[in-house]
Parts: sequence; structure tokens; C-alpha cells
Amino acid sequence: MFGKLTLDAIPYHEPIVMVTLAAVLLGGLATLAALTKFRLWGYLWKEWFTSVDHKKIGIMYIIVALVMLLRGFADAIMMRLQQAMAAGESAGYLPPHHFDQVFTAHGVIMIFFVAMPFITGLMNLVVPLQIGARDVAYPFLNSLSFWLFVSGVVLVMMSLFIGDFAATGWLAYPPLSGLKYSPTVGVDYYIWSLQLSGLGTTLSGINFIVTIMKMRAPGMTMMKMPVFTWTALVTNILIVAAFPILTVTLALLTADRYLDTHFFTNELGGNAMMYVNMIWIWGHPEVYILILPCFGAYSEIVATFSKKPLFGYKSMVYATSCIGVLSFVVWLHHFFTMGSGASVNAFFGITTMIISVPTGAKLFNWLFTMYRGRVDFNVPMLWTVGFMVTFVIGGVTGVLMAVPGADFVLHNSVFLIAHFHNVIIGGVVFGVFAAINYWFPKAFGFRLNEFWGKASFWCWLVGFYLAFMPLYVLGLKGMTRRMNHYANPDWQPYLIVAALGAAVIALGIFCTLVQFYVSIRDRKKLTDPSGDPWGGRTLEWAISSPAPFYNFAIVPQIRELDQFWEDKQNGVAYVQPAKYEAIHMPRNTGVGVVMGAFGTVLGFALVWHIWWLAAVGLLGMIGAFIARAYDNDIDYWVPAEEVEKIERSRHAQLKQFQTTQVAPVAAPSRQKVA
Amino acid sequence: MLLSGCNMEVLTPKGDIGSHEKSLILIALGLMAIVAIPVIAMTLWFAWRYRSSNKQATYAPNWSHSTKIEVVVWTIPAIIIVILAVITWTSSHALDPYKPLESEAKPVTVQVVSMDWKWLFVYPEYGVASVNELVMPVDRPVNFQITSDSVMNAFFIPQLGSQIYAMAGMETKLHLIAREQGTYAGLSSNFSGEGFSDMHFKAIATSEDGFKDWIAKAKATQATLDDDSYKALAQPSEKVPVAYYGNVAPNLFVGVINKHMGEMSHDSMHGEMPMDMPHDAPQDSMQGMQMDMHHNEGGDAVSSNITPAKAEK
Amino acid sequence: MSSPAVSASHGALDDVLHGGGVDGHHHDGHHDDGSKTLLGFWIYLMSDCLIFSGLFATFAVLANATAGGPTGKELFELPYVLGETMLLLVSSVTFGMAMLNMHAGQKGKVLAWLAVTFVFGAGFIGMEVYEFAKLIHEGAGPDRSAFLSSYFTLVGTHGLHVTCGLIWLVVMMDMIRRYGLNDATRRRLSCLSLFWHFLDIVWICVFTFVYLRGAI
Repeated sequence: MFGKLTLDAIPYHEPIVMVTLAAVLLGGLATLAALTKFRLWGYLWKEWFTSVDHKKIGIMYIIVALVMLLRGFADAIMMRLQQAMAAGESAGYLPPHHFDQVFTAHGVIMIFFVAMPFITGLMNLVVPLQIGARDVAYPFLNSLSFWLFVSGVVLVMMSLFIGDFAATGWLAYPPLSGLKYSPTVGVDYYIWSLQLSGLGTTLSGINFIVTIMKMRAPGMTMMKMPVFTWTALVTNILIVAAFPILTVTLALLTADRYLDTHFFTNELGGNAMMYVNMIWIWGHPEVYILILPCFGAYSEIVATFSKKPLFGYKSMVYATSCIGVLSFVVWLHHFFTMGSGASVNAFFGITTMIISVPTGAKLFNWLFTMYRGRVDFNVPMLWTVGFMVTFVIGGVTGVLMAVPGADFVLHNSVFLIAHFHNVIIGGVVFGVFAAINYWFPKAFGFRLNEFWGKASFWCWLVGFYLAFMPLYVLGLKGMTRRMNHYANPDWQPYLIVAALGAAVIALGIFCTLVQFYVSIRDRKKLTDPSGDPWGGRTLEWAISSPAPFYNFAIVPQIRELDQFWEDKQNGVAYVQPAKYEAIHMPRNTGVGVVMGAFGTVLGFALVWHIWWLAAVGLLGMIGAFIARAYDNDIDYWVPAEEVEKIERSRHAQLKQFQTTQVAPVAAPSRQKVA
Repeated sequence: MLLSGCNMEVLTPKGDIGSHEKSLILIALGLMAIVAIPVIAMTLWFAWRYRSSNKQATYAPNWSHSTKIEVVVWTIPAIIIVILAVITWTSSHALDPYKPLESEAKPVTVQVVSMDWKWLFVYPEYGVASVNELVMPVDRPVNFQITSDSVMNAFFIPQLGSQIYAMAGMETKLHLIAREQGTYAGLSSNFSGEGFSDMHFKAIATSEDGFKDWIAKAKATQATLDDDSYKALAQPSEKVPVAYYGNVAPNLFVGVINKHMGEMSHDSMHGEMPMDMPHDAPQDSMQGMQMDMHHNEGGDAVSSNITPAKAEK
Repeated sequence: MSSPAVSASHGALDDVLHGGGVDGHHHDGHHDDGSKTLLGFWIYLMSDCLIFSGLFATFAVLANATAGGPTGKELFELPYVLGETMLLLVSSVTFGMAMLNMHAGQKGKVLAWLAVTFVFGAGFIGMEVYEFAKLIHEGAGPDRSAFLSSYFTLVGTHGLHVTCGLIWLVVMMDMIRRYGLNDATRRRLSCLSLFWHFLDIVWICVFTFVYLRGAI
């Protein structure tokens, strides 16, 4: 009846897990009670959960990513604490069984459930606004992608309290991840949460390619697209080209675990090296999927805050495309030590190094954008400069490890850990925070508090160097990754410094949370009445903050790269049109939520081998999708009068702002989807 | 300060391979510093110089293109990468773990089996074996033949140089030489499960005499490593103390590899396999394991990296 | 692939290549622009194609890893597989007939041809299920060797796709029965037609690389 699921699956005997569970339950109950008390369920359902508005979906992605950042970071703190303690005879406080799950969960969560949703959320929020579109190509599919992602999140979180999570490392190399060596449900949670969210990612990749290819405002040729949109396009092409490989790889591992096949087993002809190859054919493009949109965000920010056009737009576009293509021919550098021939190793090492050329060109372009500019150091710009310095170091260590001879002594050491945190924190996390600070006003109508933003930046920057520079040294001292405890007492001081660094980063995260709180509290003072708080250059700043649900009342005509900037220069940016037209919009739908819920049921049932429930989940998903296909009432028209009313109040506000030029009046009321 | 004050094992190598790798690391870092340091300096300098409060600085609000600068920022990194690529190509061949070391001295062969969670070292030329202790004479090349009896591990002695994966059902190779006597840390650098953290061993480089003494000591041990004792040893265990086997069943190592090849059963683990099975077994007998793993061109003694001997043709 | 849907989607690609995003969807608005859907569906098919590429590559790597078990030569019965292939190929032709009638606006004929297509498709799946059952019964199931694992997974994934296509076919027949040939049903039928022909092509690759290569 319940497959492998029994009451023993709940880890009663692990106090850390039980305390967390109690906290989550209490917190969850409090949240539910508050939602009920303030009668917010209807609002949430109607305005958010069922929304197909790309902006709201983007915001929801980012909120979930922030929550998961806390979870992933809790894992990080636990690891740093364990390694700071467990020297010599000491075993630390986490037994291997627990520690191994913690580092696996940390990697999986940070990549799939923090970095990916941050990126997807930003693309959702920004891309349609930058290209002058009213939504993405397939609004319902977008909602479905989000809820499939959420179902993956739910499964990962469930694994903490029911059963266990994979203890294999974040890429689950077989044969360790096979049934023989990992007989518990941990790897199954891993598989199904990644498959569900991966399906969502592939769908949203398709969605954004079509959006960018087919829905740009008239006149916006490819070479007039904002750089962020360009990077989003390349990223989504990478998603569509890489994620199917992840799907296959995990499916084969699934078959090994569920159907007794022998793809990657030690027995009967299985070949584990094939898994390692396949997972990295996905895995290397994946890191570019994460970093490219951040490069795009930095490009927008550096131009805006230097008050100059981006230096070398064309070379930026070519560099991005080069990186996209090259990212598919470097995967073997993740396992030079598997014994490929010298020529093969050298080939993949050299292709890897070649990527540093376009990446270097990008850095120089940002530099020369600042050159002869008037650089304002608002929070987004601080993150950008912090990134430029930090990323260079990460790039150097990356190229170093691309030399097979050097990699032979650095591979799998904590030097490698330092390297990829250097590029992922210094590149992706900094980029995401820069972008959140930059585009927040467009999403909510008010800016984020500068003081707490800067405090957060400095904590992250200092914390990052404290946490990871010692790991570079430890790598050179021969410390390998994923150690629960170690005999060499020389390592301990470095690991204590690293743990302190993690604590400083924790402070940075705390500052971010305070920043949100203070900004929401002071939202009237921080209001953005013009819709253009930074002196922006691209289309999204031409409309009000927060953006109206239909984005653009009149579809803009594009002649220049930075059309909005040109319009401002020519004094035509805020001309009120003579007449408005009715706007065609997609209707909200709960089908995405329903399919996500059935997806969770399906995943959970498969993890625990509850076959009847799996059938319910699968049929539920298919049924809901078919039912959606029969729904003919999926869109509506916003009457011209309503558009006119909204736009009039916008222009009235603009006039008032332009005459006073001081932060005025009440925050603009949030527009609701009709 | 921290950097100079500490002893970094990887940068204080005790053998030829490690020394080459150390200089490779330093050369590569030096080359990259040519671009990296100016970029960092320029970032900080431009950020300071062109801050909005500095009205003395030139402001060129529409300047966004310069072919000269573009050429420079694409060319200089490209040149450095070309140099680095040449170094990469030559060093990858020179440091190929599969390439036997050139030396007057006669090499020692050590067969390495990674197990849950300990290392077994078999000395086929001497008929002895040890657990979690590797002894080798200085100035004599050591030819490691490596496999795994469970999941993937990586055989690594940081101060001697290169590491290589240990994988079930196949043999990987590594060639190292120690130039200084001493006891060095050896470990698995690829996570392999619960007992992974204790899966380290002592790598002792000693004089020729010390090595002979050690072999004699091992030989004098009563324990025999045969089918049964091997099975007992292969059971998962942690923090296994050093142990010696004075007697080792012939062809044990090949048996361990073949055990994971599919066709053979546990019972035929030893006895049937000639030790010196040709290493470049025909491709079609390799069960497709050559995916991405290529034959090593050049180097006469260098063979295919995957050399499972096959029981039946 | 002579299906009109293909030419329609070429139009979609032409838009992308030459139109530079200058299109009328903001203005005509009311109906979903079919070219958008077809472009998206093409991209989906490409991603699906990558899934199959991954499975083909796996099969190529493991094709000789029979682990002492039966080889393809011993297992595959080419005449039987040829029968399967013919069923699927004919179903593609009958789908093409349905599409021709869709463009001619002949609702009844469309339904009839779709029904014929369904019968052929279901026949294909039936034969495949029988083949699988027989192999497993003979002890040559997916758990026997890496070769058989990859064989079952590759062929089975194709079979699952065809099964999904059959479900979609039923839904489309019901929709056309209810709503007639409107923009939405035409658009969806065009997508399904692409999907069906795509599976046909994949099967030809399966037949060539798995069965023919295995049997020779």
C-alpha cells in the first residue's frame, strides 16, 4: 500500500533534523495562520499562484530562490563548522552519513534550486520588458514551468524529513549512486526532484527562445537587442541543447535503480564512465547557463551607472555567442584524471582556455565602459565592481586547472572548490544581487535601501575572500574535497578562517533580509515615481514602476540600440499618445498549480515505490493538461478606456514628478490583473 | 603572509612528476598574471578615477567604440592563450600518467586496488601485498596499475604528483618516481561513500635497502591473500590498520578486474588469466569502454588506457 | 516529409530569419499567432531529438557489451521488425492524408484518416509490446546485459513517444469532432503531424542502427 514508506522513514533519532522539522512546522503553521487571519489566500491564489504574468512568475521564482538560498546556506554553515572542528582525533558533530547528505544537498540546492530560479526569475521579469513585449510566447507554459520547479523544491525539502537525501555528491556519480551502493531513497529524491524541475527548465528555455525570436518590438533587429536579452537568448539556447542530455542521463540512472538495467553498474557490461561523460556534457554548459545572464545584467548596470553606452556592444554579443558554442566542447576537463590519452586531454584543456579569450574581452569591455564615464556607486554597481575583481581570480584558477598537467594535482582538491565558488559566488551570486537591486523598482515600484544593500555587499565580499582563499591554500596542501574529518592538524587553522568567512557571509545574507524589510517599511520614501530610477537606457525603464500588467500601452518602435535613452535625449520619451487601443491578454489559470501538485505526488510516489499513487500523479498531470487543452476561455481584451485610465494616472504622476523633481506623494498603487 | 608561512605539499614535491607539475602551475600562473593583474588594477583605478564626484575626470557620454582597444583586448589574451596552449599540449604529453618514466633503474610494479574503504597494494614481482601502506625505493620508477573493487576512487600522493581514477572492471595506469626519502600522505581524492575520509595511506619512500627490508618483513608475514582472505578484506570497513600478506595468489589483480567485467563469475577469480595479457586488447573486446578514452599515440610502452583482459574471445 | 505543416513552419522560421522581430502579433493579437506555436514546437522537437541522440549514443557505446548474453544477431527477427516499420510508415502516409483533408476543410475525412492512423499506430505499439514480452520471456530482458538495457531503453522510449502520440491523436479527434476545423485545432493538428513524422524518422534510425546493424 505505501511501498517502501514506513514510519521509520522519519529520522527521529537525528536531533538536528528534528529541531529543523519542528522549526519548519511551527513556522509553516504560523505562516498558514497569518495567511488565513488576514484573508490572503484568495489574493495569493488569484493574483499570484494562478498568474500567467511573466513579472509575477519572475518574482515568485526569485522568492523561492531566496528561501532555498537560506536552506542551501544552512548546509554550507554546517559543513564549514564540521570541517573547522573535525581535525585529528575529533570526529566533529556530524557523522559521515549526515555530512555526506549535507554536501550533496548543498550542491544540488545551490545550483538547481537557487541559482537556476534566480536566473529564470530575472529573465522572466526583464526580457519581455526589454523587448517591448506584453508577455512571453506561452504564458501558461511559463506558469507550468514554475510549478514544476516548485514541485522539485518540495521533493528536496521533503527528503530532509521523510527518508534521506542522496549522499553521493551533487552529480551522483555511479556506481556509488547505483542501487548496490546507495540502497536508500536518497538518490531517488535526487533523481525525481531534478527531473521535475529540469522539465520545467527545458520548457521555459523553449518559451524564451520563441519569445525573443518572435516577440520583439517592431524595428528591434537582433543587433539592437539589449545585451541582457542577448545573454538570455544564448542561455536559453544552451538550456534547450543541454537539459535533454541531463534528462537522458538521469533517466538511465533511474532505469538502473528501478528496472535493474546495467547502464552504469559494475556488472554485466555497465559503463560508469559514460555517466561521467554525459553528466558533464550537460554540466559544463550549465555553468554558462548560470553565468551568461549575469554577464548581461552587469553589462546593463555598468552602462547605466557609468552614464555611457556599453563599450563594444558588438564584441559583447560575439563574445557571448562564442562562449555559448565553446561551452559544449570542454566537458572532459572535469575528468582529465580518468585516463584519457594525452592528446584528448590537451584538446579539451585548450578549448577550455579559449573560452577565457571572449570572457576576458567582456571584462575589458566593462572596464572601458567605466572609462571616461561618471560612475555612480549605487548598490548594483558595487556588486559589479566586486564581481570584476573577484571573477578575474576565479578565471585565472580556472584556466590553471584547464592545463591537464596542473589539474593532475589540483583535481578534486579544495582548490577546485575554491575555484568554482570563486566564479559562482563572484559571478552568479554577485550578479543576481546586482540585478535584484537594479530591477527591484521595476517589479515593485520602490527602490531598495542603499545602506543595508551596501552592508550586504561588503559582508559578502569580505566573507567570500575569508571563506575561500584558505581553501585555495588547503588545496595546494593536498586537502581533498568532501572530507568529513581529517588527520592533518595543519589544516585546521585554515578551516577555522573559512568557517569565519562563512559566518561573515551569513551576516551578508542577514543584511539582505534586513534590506528587504527596511525597504518595504520605507517604501513611500523610496518610491520610484518616474519609472526610471537610475537613468536607464533600455525599454523597461520607459514604463511606470511597477510595470502595468500589460507592460506597454503602445508597442514601442525601435530605431536605436538604446532607444529609451535616445528618446530621453530627444525629449520624446514621455509623450502621451493621442489614443489607446484595447489590449489582448492571457487569462490566469490554475492548471499549472494543479499539474505541479500532481507532479509532486508523482515524484513522491516514485521515490517510495507507491505505484498506485504514482499512477494517480501521472494521470492527474496528463488529465489536467488535456483539460487545459479543452479550455477555450484563455484570453481577454483590456478595453481601451481602462488602458487610458491607467496611463493617464501614470502621466499625471510623471508631470508632478517632473515639476517637483523631489521624491513625491504616495507610492503608485499596485496594478492588479483584471 | 599565510601563503609564505606555510608548507604547501603540492608546491614542495618530492619526485619528478610533482616537480614538473609545480613548475607548470607557476608558469601558467605567471603567464595569466600578465593579463589578470592589469585588469584588477584597471578595475580599481577606473572605478576610483571615474567616480561621479570626480568632476576633473574626462566624461565622454557617447563614446562606446574603439577599434584599437577592441583589437588589443582580443589579441593580447589570445596570444597568451596560444602560448599556454602550446605549453598545455607539450606538458600533457610529457606528463601523461600512462607514459613510463625514463630511468636507468629497474621499475617496481605495484598493483593498486581501491576497496571500501582502504587501499590494497600488491607487489607482483615479490609476491607480497599490503593494506594502507605503500613502500617504494627512491630513484626507481614505480609503475602503478590501478583498479577498484567497488565504486570510483582516485589514487593520489600529492607530494609525488599526478592522481588517477580507480574504476571497477578496468585498469588505469600511473607512473611516479620519488627522489627524496620520507613518508608522504596518500589518499583517495574521489568521494566514495561513508568511510571515504579515512581512506588514506602512508606512502613511504625509502632507500633500496629499506625497501628490501620491508619486502622481507612482508614476506615473513604468515597471512596469505587468496580467494577467501580477499573476500574478507573486500568487505566494507573503515580505519583499517596497516597489514601485510606474505603470500599473494597469482593473478589476483587481473581477477579483481575481470570480476566486474560481466562474463566471469566470482569463482573463476584467479588462475585463468595470464598476467601479461597484451594490454592493447582489440577494441571490440573492450565492451565499448573506449568512449572518449583514446589510444595513446606515441610512446612504445604506452598502451590503451583501458586494458581489461578478456576471458573469452 | 511533405506535410503542409512543414512548409507552414518553414514560414515561421523565415519570419525569424528575415523579419527581425517585425511582425504583426501585437496588432492582430486576438488569435495566437500560429507561427509562434510552430517555432516553439520545432524547438521542442529538436530538444526531443537530443534525447534520442543521447540514447543512440548510449546504445552505440554499449552495443557490444553483451556480457556473455545474447547478441542482437541472435535476438532480432528482421521480418517481424520490418512489419512494425511498415505499420509506422503507412501511418505517416495516412496522417499526411488527414493533413491534406484538413487544408481542404474536409472534417469528416480528416477524422476518418486520423482513425486509420490510430489503428496503424496502435498496431505498431502492439507488435512492439509483443516483441518485448517475448524477449523478456526468453531471458533476454533489460536486466541481462548493458547491451539489452540500452536496446530496451532506446526502443522503449520511442514506443512511449508513439503512445503519447496515440493519446494526443484521440484527443485531437475528439476536439475536431466537437469544435470542427478552427484555428486552434488546425494549429494543434499541424504540431501533432510534425510529431508523428518526427517519430517516423527516429524509427527509421532505430531500424537502421539497432536492427539492421545488429542483424548483419
